[in-house]
Amino acid sequence: MHVHRFERLWFGVSLVLIVAFIGTIIYGAVGPGIAMVDDSGGTVEPSVIADGNYEQTNNFREPGVYDTEDGVEVYVIARQYFFQPGTTEPIRVPAGEPISFHVTSPDVTHGFNLAGTNVNTMVIPGQVAEFSVTFEETGEHGIVCHEYCGSGHHTMEGQVVVVEQSEFEGGEN
Amino acid sequence: MATEHGTETGFETEQEYVETEDGTRRRLAFVDRFPEAARTARICLWIAFAAFGVGALFGLIQALHRTNTLRIIPSSDYYTILTGHGVLLALVFTTFGIAGLFHWANTRSLGVSPTSRRLTQGWLWTMSIGTLLAAGTIVGGLFDWIPASADVLYTFYAPLEAHPLFYIGAALLIVGSWGAGLDWFLQYREWRSHNPDARIPLQSFMVMTTMLMWYLSSAGVAIEVVFFLIPWSLGLISQVDPLLTRTLFWYFGHPVVYFWLLPAYVVWYTVLPKLAGGRLFSDPLARVTFVLFLLLSTPVGFHHQYTDPGIASGYKLVAMTNTFFLLLPSLLTLFTVVASMEHGARQQGAKGYLAWLKDLPWERPEFSGVALAGIMFAAGGFSGMINAGMNINYLIHNTIWVPGHFHLTVGTAYALTLMAIAYWLVPQLTGKRLQFRGMAAIQPFVWFVGMVLMSNAMHRGGLAGIPRRTAEPQYDQVTFDAVVGTVGEMRIQIAIGGTLLFVGAMMFLAVMAGTWALGKPNSQLRVNGSIPEPLSGAEESPRVLDNLKLWTAIAIALVLLAYGIPLYDMVADGILWPGSVPFPE
Repeated sequence: MHVHRFERLWFGVSLVLIVAFIGTIIYGAVGPGIAMVDDSGGTVEPSVIADGNYEQTNNFREPGVYDTEDGVEVYVIARQYFFQPGTTEPIRVPAGEPISFHVTSPDVTHGFNLAGTNVNTMVIPGQVAEFSVTFEETGEHGIVCHEYCGSGHHTMEGQVVVVEQSEFEGGEN
Repeated sequence: MATEHGTETGFETEQEYVETEDGTRRRLAFVDRFPEAARTARICLWIAFAAFGVGALFGLIQALHRTNTLRIIPSSDYYTILTGHGVLLALVFTTFGIAGLFHWANTRSLGVSPTSRRLTQGWLWTMSIGTLLAAGTIVGGLFDWIPASADVLYTFYAPLEAHPLFYIGAALLIVGSWGAGLDWFLQYREWRSHNPDARIPLQSFMVMTTMLMWYLSSAGVAIEVVFFLIPWSLGLISQVDPLLTRTLFWYFGHPVVYFWLLPAYVVWYTVLPKLAGGRLFSDPLARVTFVLFLLLSTPVGFHHQYTDPGIASGYKLVAMTNTFFLLLPSLLTLFTVVASMEHGARQQGAKGYLAWLKDLPWERPEFSGVALAGIMFAAGGFSGMINAGMNINYLIHNTIWVPGHFHLTVGTAYALTLMAIAYWLVPQLTGKRLQFRGMAAIQPFVWFVGMVLMSNAMHRGGLAGIPRRTAEPQYDQVTFDAVVGTVGEMRIQIAIGGTLLFVGAMMFLAVMAGTWALGKPNSQLRVNGSIPEPLSGAEESPRVLDNLKLWTAIAIALVLLAYGIPLYDMVADGILWPGSVPFPE
């Protein structure tokens, strides 16, 4: 099969480009350590969350911020149409240390995105999204539900407030 | 085949006429040779264009509502309009447009009529009834007195629930498209019985590889809808697993993108070179491209679920690797499209490294539209590479960047190519000259400018974190910091761009309606359907390329590798567990 010289060259350059792209992602994972949201959060029956029977699960606690021996743990419920905590009271976390988020939904699929950052996950009923974030600086971040969740979707928002470690008061552990 | 290049893009040629026995000349445009197939293709295109008109109107309403320019509906109805926009454009306009184009392409390249009139009517009716059911339930959401609604967007993620008729309609549309594919395969079998040793004609090869990919991938959404969502919405089962159903959706949701794009590729490979005044660079590489799409389009769906919990990182990594290799056929296409256009221009006497670009027939809408669609697709490809990167995707996932991206791909690469080729094809399907040619000549540029304005602003808005799929992207607790430009300026560009796109859509529909209503049947046409032989023909390629059974088997094996274990993981804890009841309850 005759393939034009330029076309062969293009084919080769394209392959190099593709391999280079994959290489940068692999580097991102093993170098800076950018982890994916995965199945580590476990599953939970949505009706258990809806009824508030948190004691029936071993991977989700009553919504809130906890200062534990393993670090700061944040449990968030995304529901039509607010984040709990997050909407009526901001999620207050300390700067400079890894914060573990656990987010789930008792009703429909939602999103959890700190606008303009790479803190971004789907919130799917039955699944607990678990991820770790380190906020280097103090300040405020808006939380946006970025998945359509019903006719009031555009009202679903919240806030994360990052404070100095000295000002941080975690809940009971 | 030696032909004078100068005449290929012009009026119909002598080849389009034959002497009949009584001494008169008879024309041989597509509609004359295959009147029945031309009628089927016309019906498909008219339904596609009708859906396009309504979908475009919905798009205008959204663009003006979101940007707070003009609000004629309450924000709670925004999502009904958005569902209609997505379903009518991404599912109906595409599927019917593809059916019309493929019906023409397969019949033209095989030179054989469809074999069963009943089959043809069967799939046309199935697709049409499905469309009416789905569209009817969506529109029902706007009126309180209609007891049905489907405010679930075109991804219909459970546990948001639509009326059962919405799911049944969507299933019928897809099943109907399977019937259309069967029609084309039977046509091929008929042709093969008379041509036992010939290579598969290129357009038919493209139609069949696309449909094989479509069978393989649409099985996912068919299972989701038929086995889970329909029984669930009818109350026959009480719950479904939201992660499993959305995984089945995305199993289909990425290949459907290639189902939209490959018809555009058919045009870019087989018609665009001729419109540019030349011929296709390489038939064998066109076949390689389509085989790669058949192999790689489906085992990539997890790249839409990079931010989903419940799916191990390894599966996402496999999908990402496949996705990046899927760049290869598109990059090869980029080469062929540009090389074919340059070859065409040089055949017409153009010179220079880049000066040949201005010697292309930009005044002809069938050329300019297809070429502009190709240029925009290159831009869409680059933003798609960002989406495909597992970790950088975090920044833009579910932001307005994403619709900014796919308005370049399905919204321009497919849509503008179909509009442009309609200027060339509809005369051949109707025997009528194109009307309002002046309006047609500027229409592709109106679409292009509108899309440049809207899409660049949407991409930049996504970088600032502005979400997609929302009626009111203004919050009390959230501020969006633009990386480039300002949020206010983006809004203005989206509003103006969206309006221009609507104007472009209406110009196109005016040309089509004018041609249909005012064109005289049996006119001498300004276009001809002959397609010159490629520079490098099929005879130079290995015969294994035509072994569709082999490629299908490999495609299935790749799907099993990418999806077998993850799907097993999801159903191992119970097919319906962890499960959700329908919302609204």
